[in-house]
Amino acid sequence: MIRGVIIMNDQGKPRLIKFYEFQPPEKQQELVRSIYRVLCSRAENVSNFVKVDSLFGPDVRLVYKTFATLYFVFIFDKSENELAMIDLMQVFVETLNKCFREVCELDIVFNFYKVHTILDEIILGGQVLETSSEEVASAVDAISRSLPLPLSLCAYVCALVSSCEWVLRCNRHILVQLSLRVGKEWQFHDSIYSWLAEMIATELW
Amino acid sequence: MKGPSLMDSLFQRSIDDLIKALRLTPPGTEPAFIAKAIEEIRLEIKSTDPQTKFLALQKLTYLHSLHGHDMSWAAFHSVELSSSASHSHKRTAYLSAALSFNPATTDVILLLTHHLRKDLSSPNAHAVSLALSTLSSICNPDLARDLTPELFTLLSSSKITVRKKAIATVLGVFKQYPDSVRVCFKRVVENLENLDLGILSAVVGLFSELTENEPRSYLPLAPEFYKILVDCKNNWVLIKVLKIFAKLAPLEPRLGKRVVEPICEIMSTMGAKSLVFECVRTILTSMSEHDSAVKLAVGKVREFLLEDDPNLKYLGLQALSIVAQKNISAVVENKDLVVKSLSDSDINIRLEALRLVMCIVSEDNVMEICRILISHSLKSDPEFCNEILGFILLTCGRNYYEVIFYFDWYVLFLGEMARVPHCQKGDEIATQLIDIGMRVKDARSQLVHVTRDLVIDPALLGNPFMHAVLAAAAWVSGEYIMLSRNPFEIMEALLQPRTSLLSPSVRAVYIHSAFKVLMFCMYSYLRLNGDDSSLPSTLIDSELVSDVELDDQNMIVTNGQPLSTSSVIDHLTQESILALVNLAEINLGPLAGSNELEVLERSTNVLGLIKLIKPMLLGSLDNGEGDQAKGELTASETVKMIFDSCSEDLGPVSVNAQERVPIPDGLGLKENLDDLEEICGDVKLPLLTSFSLVRPQYTEASSNADSQGKEESEPSSESTSLLAEHRKRHGLYYLALGNTMATSNDYPPAHDPKDKVADEAEDLVKLTEKSLITGKKPSQSKPRPVVVKFDDGEVTNVTTDRTGIKADLISGAVNKVLLGDEATTSSSSRRKPPKSRRVTDESSAGIAKIDQSEHSKAGSKHHGHGKERRHQSSAKDKDHDHKDKQKSDSTAHGKHRSRHRADKALEAQAPVIPDFLL
Repeated sequence: MIRGVIIMNDQGKPRLIKFYEFQPPEKQQELVRSIYRVLCSRAENVSNFVKVDSLFGPDVRLVYKTFATLYFVFIFDKSENELAMIDLMQVFVETLNKCFREVCELDIVFNFYKVHTILDEIILGGQVLETSSEEVASAVDAISRSLPLPLSLCAYVCALVSSCEWVLRCNRHILVQLSLRVGKEWQFHDSIYSWLAEMIATELW
Repeated sequence: MKGPSLMDSLFQRSIDDLIKALRLTPPGTEPAFIAKAIEEIRLEIKSTDPQTKFLALQKLTYLHSLHGHDMSWAAFHSVELSSSASHSHKRTAYLSAALSFNPATTDVILLLTHHLRKDLSSPNAHAVSLALSTLSSICNPDLARDLTPELFTLLSSSKITVRKKAIATVLGVFKQYPDSVRVCFKRVVENLENLDLGILSAVVGLFSELTENEPRSYLPLAPEFYKILVDCKNNWVLIKVLKIFAKLAPLEPRLGKRVVEPICEIMSTMGAKSLVFECVRTILTSMSEHDSAVKLAVGKVREFLLEDDPNLKYLGLQALSIVAQKNISAVVENKDLVVKSLSDSDINIRLEALRLVMCIVSEDNVMEICRILISHSLKSDPEFCNEILGFILLTCGRNYYEVIFYFDWYVLFLGEMARVPHCQKGDEIATQLIDIGMRVKDARSQLVHVTRDLVIDPALLGNPFMHAVLAAAAWVSGEYIMLSRNPFEIMEALLQPRTSLLSPSVRAVYIHSAFKVLMFCMYSYLRLNGDDSSLPSTLIDSELVSDVELDDQNMIVTNGQPLSTSSVIDHLTQESILALVNLAEINLGPLAGSNELEVLERSTNVLGLIKLIKPMLLGSLDNGEGDQAKGELTASETVKMIFDSCSEDLGPVSVNAQERVPIPDGLGLKENLDDLEEICGDVKLPLLTSFSLVRPQYTEASSNADSQGKEESEPSSESTSLLAEHRKRHGLYYLALGNTMATSNDYPPAHDPKDKVADEAEDLVKLTEKSLITGKKPSQSKPRPVVVKFDDGEVTNVTTDRTGIKADLISGAVNKVLLGDEATTSSSSRRKPPKSRRVTDESSAGIAKIDQSEHSKAGSKHHGHGKERRHQSSAKDKDHDHKDKQKSDSTAHGKHRSRHRADKALEAQAPVIPDFLL
């Protein structure tokens, strides 16, 4: 099974850490550091495998690949095929590319949760689930459609509404309609509703 | 207006804000920034507003996962948020649980059970997937037990993604709670016939994990796997099926015969390298008796080695090392490519090639290979250079130097290795130098020659990695000084000023070696110039060479250098020996005030000796007699005594040597031990490693034994067993029992071999005085120098491979499900798949029924305990109808003992489980 997936940049900063067996956070950081030490000492155009017996015990292998500024690292045991793991890594990167349109490091930095979602569609509990990047991308799409607005946008609308308070004060109907529409279309989150309800109940009205 | 809550949610930092701010923090201030952010989060997460809590948890999970910040304190908040109706809240909560919960210690996991159950049975596929992936991450025995029914339902879900995930989750559940195998296994097996590739891939993957531990249980499923192997064209699925067959084929030879053909076909027709490699590996590991297939596979390996892709080259070498264990010729065939890989730019490939090269080392080619390797090591970087040296030392030293034929060459080679510029293997080289000195007599003269070169070279003293080698060299020079051509130069080398660069422990060895050299020179001098009065007549001989050769102190001079000692004699004049003594005195004098204990002590020894012999030397120079005569006599006797004690041949010591020492008469072992007990009280005495396992029971056991000792008159069976136990634990205080060693009255030398027949010297080599006195040269009568070794004790214990208890439980359950209780395992590989008439169409009520019907079986098997626990704790279950079932079940369990027989009878009558496999 796959023991872990790590994405880190060429400075050794982790961008994604997922172990399929529990590791305490300090241990995770330590492992990332030791893996980075090994990886950064490796030249280009050498094989993608690294011996990690000292870190993970016997029979555990590590395969890595560099994409632009990022190292992708898969850690797995002897029930996986080494070359298949490289293929799987390719699938993962392709999926990221599909989901973020020309993925770059920043996408992965700012989309911590989405990257986890993507990974969860490919690997579950250390088992490979899906090896087609199209399938994964569409599954991830379906999930994000089921989610409400990105939260920053939500907060933005929130702020907009509150700043326009005085305008809205003049036209209660518009406010009610706007809020209802926003709520319906974006499945707007509860706090706005409660806020509106409060406003309705208090002196604003 | 509820301001704070609104303001909180309005101005709360989102995760994006946090990441941005983190990226903007100047280097070095990050920990402070994170600490501040955590403080914020601690406040926010307590909010009653789910949105605020959600954002806080999101940030915290991020910090936990990527910045290693502990978030175990927030475990409860994850649980709380997971009950939220909003899917995004749920998603974050579950992810934080999956990333941060420790299945073994996080106790709030239990609180998550209910939420997980709800989500597992939710109509929303996303929620189900989420719950499944969380479950697989944090599965513990309790969760596995409680959620097995839900998982069972999902295994036949109509949504492919859900079913796939359920199958993948089953693995963790089986591992944590083997009893779930009984419930779910049939449904898992059904999925083997599914036409959807995703599901097939998941279920085959699951089986490849399961067969990893206990493959035998899955033999009955071989026909299904075979069908997939032949029909399926998907690389992923095929790889996993090959993994399964690699485990199954060794168990059932007919299976190997059957699958080897399709595997070869796949290997030659399919293009994907991963699949081809898997075929190669399967054939080489599990079907090595099919020669034609192996040949084909080795051919593929060669193709891999010829590829430019370093990954393929690396894997090809690895595959070769699999063959090397059984079929060394395959490696020899590809020797050219392997040796070429030694100079690859990739360290992985080089190491792998090195390992392979070491595999093909034999008596015939060891010299050639070592020559190639050492020239490689000179060219390569320090790291790889030391890898090479380490491998050479390991391979040549393996099994008492079994590949070494010419020890003279090997000793020279060791010296050469020590001089390799990057060499850091000093310790290993030193060990082998000394070891060969002790074990291989015929190599000693060459060894002395090599070590002389090492000791004399002043340049080597500056390299700290060389110190271990130098210590060994100094020891060898001192110990076998009688084989040296020129003891004087050795003495000078041992006392050279640059020895101050050595570490104190090495220096002590140098000084002690100097002591031995001095002794030898003195002895030889006295021998040369001695008269009847000063030395016992038996030892006087006109020719020192023959004397030394036939000396009763086991000294040997090899045939190769008959003149070695005679050259010494020429230089042994009074002046020269006096110069030697003076040299030692001058150099060691200052060391008598050294701060280092070892150095101080050794040099004081030498100085003491000098003090003793110097008057004698001076006296004989002055030609003085009378007063001096007496002193000379005693001095020369002392010299002789010390020399005798030094020149006793040191041999390797068997681990079991202690046992062979008989108990001397009048040694009251028991009394002493009692005293020891009183004096030391509860002091834990250092135990030998072999006894360390019983350390916890130490005091108890010994006090028991003590009390036994006091009332020793009654040899009840219990007391003797306790005594025996005690004896076993504290074996180091006991010498061997008297009667076993009754044959020998004397202390045998520690290295005295048991076997007295020299010709059968395969394991033990006889070193009797007789053979030496008659002057037999083993090197002439035997093809290879003898290496002293023992057949007992020195062999390292191979740790027994233990399969996990859990795995046993799983396979036990699998066996039961697959075979029923009556079905026989033999030749079951030809059977048909389970049709599971019983379970498919029934839902949770059905499961409970299975539980009940299988309960009787479980009672009689080793699952009884796990079962019991299950019933006890699941009685709390909130699920109503489930609870009812369980209740009746657990009451049944209460009467378990009384009903046991009845159960068995019932089982015999009850409709026998249909044989799924027929």
